Amino acid sequence: MTFDATGLYYRELNEAVRACPDTDVEITNLCGQRYIACGEKNRRMTLRGTPGNGLGQYMDGAQVEVFGNAQESVGDTMNAGEIVIHGSCGDACGYGMRGGRILIEGNVGYRAGIHMKAYMEHYPVLIVGGTAGSFLGEYLAGGLIAVLGIGADGAYPCRFFCGTGMHGGKIILRCNEAPSGLPRQVLVREMSDEDRAELAPHIAAYCQHFGGDAHALLAQRYFVLTPNPAAGYRQLYTFE
Amino acid sequence: MAIDFLYPQYEVVRNPMRCISCRACERQCANGVHHYDVDFGCMMSDESKCVNCHRCVSLCPTRALKIIKTDHTFKENDNWTGKAISEVYRQAGTGGVLLSSMGNPEPYPIYWDKLLINASQVTNPSIDPLREPMETRTTLGAKPQAIERDEDGKLMDNMPPQLTLNIPVMFSAMSYGSISYNAHASLARAATALGTYYNTGEGGLHQDFYQYGPNTIVQVASGRFGVHADYLNAGAAVEIKMGQGAKPGIGGHLPGIKVGADISRTRMIPEGTDAISPAPHHDIYSIEDLRQLVYSIKEATHYKKPVIVKIAAVHNVAAIASGIARSGADIIAIDGFRGGTGAAPTRIRDNVGIPIELALAAVDQRLREEGIRDRVSIVIGGSVRNSADLVKAIALGADAVYIATAALLALGCHLCRSCQTGKCNWGIATQRPELVKRLNPDIGEKRLINLLTSWDHELKEMMGGMGINSIEALRGNRLMLRGIGLTQKELDILGVKHAGE
Repeated sequence: MTFDATGLYYRELNEAVRACPDTDVEITNLCGQRYIACGEKNRRMTLRGTPGNGLGQYMDGAQVEVFGNAQESVGDTMNAGEIVIHGSCGDACGYGMRGGRILIEGNVGYRAGIHMKAYMEHYPVLIVGGTAGSFLGEYLAGGLIAVLGIGADGAYPCRFFCGTGMHGGKIILRCNEAPSGLPRQVLVREMSDEDRAELAPHIAAYCQHFGGDAHALLAQRYFVLTPNPAAGYRQLYTFE
Repeated sequence: MAIDFLYPQYEVVRNPMRCISCRACERQCANGVHHYDVDFGCMMSDESKCVNCHRCVSLCPTRALKIIKTDHTFKENDNWTGKAISEVYRQAGTGGVLLSSMGNPEPYPIYWDKLLINASQVTNPSIDPLREPMETRTTLGAKPQAIERDEDGKLMDNMPPQLTLNIPVMFSAMSYGSISYNAHASLARAATALGTYYNTGEGGLHQDFYQYGPNTIVQVASGRFGVHADYLNAGAAVEIKMGQGAKPGIGGHLPGIKVGADISRTRMIPEGTDAISPAPHHDIYSIEDLRQLVYSIKEATHYKKPVIVKIAAVHNVAAIASGIARSGADIIAIDGFRGGTGAAPTRIRDNVGIPIELALAAVDQRLREEGIRDRVSIVIGGSVRNSADLVKAIALGADAVYIATAALLALGCHLCRSCQTGKCNWGIATQRPELVKRLNPDIGEKRLINLLTSWDHELKEMMGGMGINSIEALRGNRLMLRGIGLTQKELDILGVKHAGE
């Protein structure tokens, strides 16, 4: 079923969508309506326009494709499913995300992928085609973040404080030089074949959705950020 | 190094006339204080390992043991106390952050003890709760702002979701991880039997405890551990933890060593990994962001669950609470600086935050002045020790209280304040199976029910004495309180008169 979001407040819109039994739902003319696909389990949703904050928050298995840009808190505390954004995305994307995949064609704002974590079959993946803002992957506890830096001309595709407090997971960045000035919780190395194999299906999916040559993209130079075991949270405590 | 030597704080006194070398103390002590010396044919103790938890004392069949504070002392000094000196040695030796557990033990004023409760004489007869009906049931949640009618003029049900408490006391947040499975089982069952609620804390909800969902408050904290759509819908309410009285402004750290198989499943993180809760929620940097999280939870729970926002009592608590009341939260929980914890940096626990009595009075007053008091319910915690504290809290403006330390005491905690070691001999703050099984949930449940049943009766007696037969009539009724030994400023903040006025 197709819903026209013109002039609808998010609460009315989401109530109507929830009441609809269809597994395939399309919403057109979105203009900032919040919490689309919030907690959604088994649906395929096509969104046209600009969905508002909290898209796919707590999402648990739905497939969401956005033809437009997305705003803040996309996939916040998401558990499973996929969000594909044909455009760019705002701040705090994938915060506390535990599973599923977010594919962003363009750039992502500040605080993307903070405190993502993995558990058993849950493995969150955040793929950003362009560049990321500051604080990418802070407190990262698990999962994979990749920033492909398309359009960045091989420059470092993030900004400040990337990976601060990271204690698990992996951040892959496409750039020509090893990133410098990273926090001490982060170790940097050239991408290995294993990393490349891990990244390959996500690059393939990216190119399938947004175009581009997956082989050529994957063949380029990437750097991998992992937590530094020597600088973790095991700071020495002393007891009363 | 000799400088770092610290004489043990406690001495284990064993009466050799009574000791029968049954070795019960040895078996009971996870800290390894006691052992049997074959050569001497008697029990020996290493008091340097003693945390003064009284497990051995309680279980010694011949009452041969007692623990006393050592009289070994530094040269007396009111400024550089033995504690202050020892802490410097400890930090100089290790470079570590001082870590403590349970609530702030320092000698700050306890305002509960400086408030006195009224009673009726002659003109307004007191009520006997044994004879007269007495209402201590309370509902928490936003109240409708206006009466709404449909097109036919009929009343519309516009009541937002509420929590109904048979007694205005709930068990506050303690995660599975900080406390044991059996402690959680005791709390969950007792809350169900009593018609109140317990709180999962930030550790997720164990699969065995989903059955207690109607009496469970599920918590969402900055680490988002174990949070998913089904979890949010499993409880009766969802609490967003912004802060904790014992450690305002900082996050949490469950060391990997405590993340065993069961906790790993519940928190949904790999076994043996550190569970870090960042200091802030990184999706909340403002009241507007908080509002966004509140409504995301309402959307995910289809507006069927009240949302609680929990904050620590800090200097600007009234202004913060006003913001929270406008964020769409149904209930504000405020945790005072004496609130407990499984582990917190000592300096923060002992120096950050303000007393809950002052915070509560300030928040209630502010929300009334702004005309938004009925948009939210207020729940307070951070050392409510007995039913008198409860009565005073309600008279100062609370709708209900959260207790945790009192509940743990009911389960056997002896407040040795060593939770962070994970070797709790009473089976509460530990994940070691051989220790956890010492806490029998059947007995734990019963003791919690006893505790709150007795408090409920005392509450009714005190209400009856004031000639009040409904908790609603006590709430915010500060005329029922008088201060004793307080300055005018303190009385002004508390909104009460001095005794005799």
